[in-house]
Amino acid sequence: MTAAVPLEAVLVVAGALFCIGLFGALSRRNLVGVLMGIELMLNAVNINLVAFWRYLEPRFISGQTFAIFIICVAAAEAAVGLAMVIAIYRNWLTVNADAVDSLRG
Amino acid sequence: MATVIQIIFGLIAALIVGAAVMVVTVRNVIHAALWLIACFFGVGALYLLLEAEFLAVVQVLVYVGAISILILFAIMLTRQVTGEGVRQLVGGWRLWLTAAISALLFAVAIVPTVISHSWNVPAPPAPPGTPEPLAGVAELGRAFVYEFLLQFQVAGVLLTVALIGAIVIAFEERARRRRVLTLAEEHELRKRLAHPPPVEAPAGEPAPAPRATPISEGEVQQ
Repeated sequence: MTAAVPLEAVLVVAGALFCIGLFGALSRRNLVGVLMGIELMLNAVNINLVAFWRYLEPRFISGQTFAIFIICVAAAEAAVGLAMVIAIYRNWLTVNADAVDSLRG
Repeated sequence: MATVIQIIFGLIAALIVGAAVMVVTVRNVIHAALWLIACFFGVGALYLLLEAEFLAVVQVLVYVGAISILILFAIMLTRQVTGEGVRQLVGGWRLWLTAAISALLFAVAIVPTVISHSWNVPAPPAPPGTPEPLAGVAELGRAFVYEFLLQFQVAGVLLTVALIGAIVIAFEERARRRRVLTLAEEHELRKRLAHPPPVEAPAGEPAPAPRATPISEGEVQQ
């Protein structure tokens, strides 16, 4: 793998995934769609970490450990975020991110 | 061998990027969630190609198994407003600004940096074919109970707190609980709204008016 595919190719794929996720998180009006974009961005970061581990430090385990902690935090974030979406839907009867603007000055 | 790996990598990369593009552009949110599952599978396959087997299994378990189901449930619970026919993307200049920011970030910042930086990838072992020293699951487990013990415990506490927080945020008191319509009831309701009942109802009892709003349990009890 390390001889066949250069590290830059993996990093470019992860960068593309991150930018697509950023576009999704910023352009979706639906709160669930925003959360999907954030999940894509977290996956891109994980790909980066695993690629750096595999190419640069394959005999140490720190890269994989870091990726597992990020998966952990992403799971917690998804659970709390989707609970907030459901609570917002219950109180506002909408999941449109533009409509929930009661904090606007 | 190298060509096979390159072809597999190209297919996986195309799957990841294509599925991600579909996630952010497709109109139906449920379809977006299904494309998201495909994208997670592609990332898991990439982990497998990078020889991180445990992470690939964790990816399938956590992302494909848990998070996507959570997202599908959230869509289902809010489906009265996330259905088809609703505009899903922001409109006008905001959409173009967002697309420009993302594309510029990729084309101007990420790709030139990645290409121009020298990464100091260590050379492969001298005689080709000898296995590279590679940390596996045994080292991972040992790291979790020795050097990363504190972080491991903190992650456990974080997951517990997130569990409690999600329950507290999404909890609804019984008195305020709304009756959730089943799919059959909602279909019936839509049919009645689309085709209102004929005026010449049998005299005596007027036809029941269709309820557009969800029915609260307090009303049901009365």
